[in-house]
Amino acid sequence: MKFFSVLGNYLLLIKGMFTRPENIKMYWKELMHQCVEIGIGSLGIVSIISVFMGAVSAAQTAYQLTNPLIPKSTLGQIVRDTVILEFAPTLVCIVLAGVVGSKIASELGNMRSTEQIDALEIMGINTKSYLVAPKILAALITIPLLVVIAMFLGIWGGRLTSTLTNIVSGDTYDKGLLDGFSAINVYFALAKAYTFAFIISSIPAFYGYNVKGGALEIGRASTTAVVTSCILVLFADYILAALLL
Amino acid sequence: MIEIKDVKKGFDDKQILKGVSAVFETGKTNLIIGTSGSGKTVLQKCLVGLFEVDSGEIIYDGKSFTHMVEDERKHLRQQIGMLFQGSALFDSMTVQRNVKFPLDMFTDWSHDKKMKQVNETLERVNLKDAHNKFPAEISGGMKKRVGIARAIVLNPKYLFCDEPNSGLDPQTSMVIDLLIREITKEYNMTTIINTHDMNSVMEIGENILYMYQGEREWVGNNKEIIFSKSAKLNEFIFASEFLRDAKDMRMLEEKGIIDNDRNMEDVMRDPESHLLMGENDKRDKSE
Ligand SMILES: Nc1ncnc2c1ncn2[C@@H]1O[C@H](COP(=O)(O)OP(=O)(O)OP(=O)(O)O)[C@@H](O)[C@H]1O
Ligand SMILES: [Mg+2]
Repeated sequence: MKFFSVLGNYLLLIKGMFTRPENIKMYWKELMHQCVEIGIGSLGIVSIISVFMGAVSAAQTAYQLTNPLIPKSTLGQIVRDTVILEFAPTLVCIVLAGVVGSKIASELGNMRSTEQIDALEIMGINTKSYLVAPKILAALITIPLLVVIAMFLGIWGGRLTSTLTNIVSGDTYDKGLLDGFSAINVYFALAKAYTFAFIISSIPAFYGYNVKGGALEIGRASTTAVVTSCILVLFADYILAALLL
Repeated sequence: MIEIKDVKKGFDDKQILKGVSAVFETGKTNLIIGTSGSGKTVLQKCLVGLFEVDSGEIIYDGKSFTHMVEDERKHLRQQIGMLFQGSALFDSMTVQRNVKFPLDMFTDWSHDKKMKQVNETLERVNLKDAHNKFPAEISGGMKKRVGIARAIVLNPKYLFCDEPNSGLDPQTSMVIDLLIREITKEYNMTTIINTHDMNSVMEIGENILYMYQGEREWVGNNKEIIFSKSAKLNEFIFASEFLRDAKDMRMLEEKGIIDNDRNMEDVMRDPESHLLMGENDKRDKSE
């Protein structure tokens, strides 16, 4: 029962976003602001984790690839595919669910509990479209870009460890990268990135927007939001893999 | 003028407003008073549509707000200013941008014209030197003033204030009260103020609605309120002994008993007997 009422309210929030903006310029400004907040704001953490996840997957793959019959360049190929298919979209989005999700939930939760949302409503502004829509749109614009950056940095991280620890030479690694490369994987990863971006922005927005109470509830809402979006990201990951691969 | 007819509102199975009717007049400071939890905030939120009423009707200058579609309401709301109990300033924006926000959203004025209006409004509420501060950096009284400035920057026809002076010292409260009354007259607004501050009631209570447990208990103005016969109202306004004494004094004064300092001293010496004194006794004594 509770599940259906939550789902219903969530769908109402999404539906409520689609109205004519009161003032295009202000909405545009808000969208740009959110792109900076979400995109630039998480660039640092995304860069760090992508380099490391590339490095780790290279080191672990090398550890398992002991058979002399398998060419050394396979390492590059394996790192490329794991990074593109799984690590860059899923791992990055799980981390972003924490970074971006808690930011969105607590920002909206604070605005709700200090009546700032009511104040906007009283002015005659549709807060669903002014506050929520730009956040979701900004996530849809910037998160796939972050995922693409993560792909490059991950693959580069793998190359870095491989050459530094003399597992394979840079040339061999690069040769592996080009072996049997299919663009489908990239499209698939982007499809995941868009889905996850929507999840990790809209779920926290929903929990933040509907906060009742004070600081304690804001904290609780942002925890629920992050946990729920993480679970949904993994669930969607599985569904997409089953459907598209 | 805002008219409400038999407004009812409940949450879950708890009835908060049990059929309230009232008229809030244009150009006057209309007060809603009552104890904590009597439903003042709920009533005000119903008036502006933050809560939907369960039944009854709300009429803004002859137009039924209750039956308006969302677009019409949005249009009307551009003529509504509201000061919230906790000010509700946008904490990511400076004072200046807070006040400028409604102009940015709803006008296509030039930047200079907007800034002129913002500065004039901030001056109107006696705020100087705070333009570039953030809400977290200013005092409670200043926040209320910024809230008022933001509410009136578009020259609204209706102004709602939820406890404009809660948490303020008596002097600052008075300044805020008088400010609200002044701008009400100046812009000929329909102003509705929630309060349980007796100073405000006496000072700016031109049309007072007393709420008791979700019902209208008494209506009148600040001249009438001290003579009201309603026991519940008297209990509320004359909650302290000091105020009860003050009321007795005022009653005597109205009857013309206390007319000079000498008499005043008499009263102080023996208040009981003076209270019971009729018109005839008075003449005897003063001669
Ligand atoms: N959103 C809500 N959901 C459920 N009950 C509510 C809600 N808002 C208010 N109430 C209830 O309505 C009653 C009246 O509350 P209201 O805030 O109107 O009181 P008030 O007269 O403004 O009091 P105060 O002077 O303390 O501000 C309270 O019992 C409160 O619990
Ligand atoms: Mg209240």
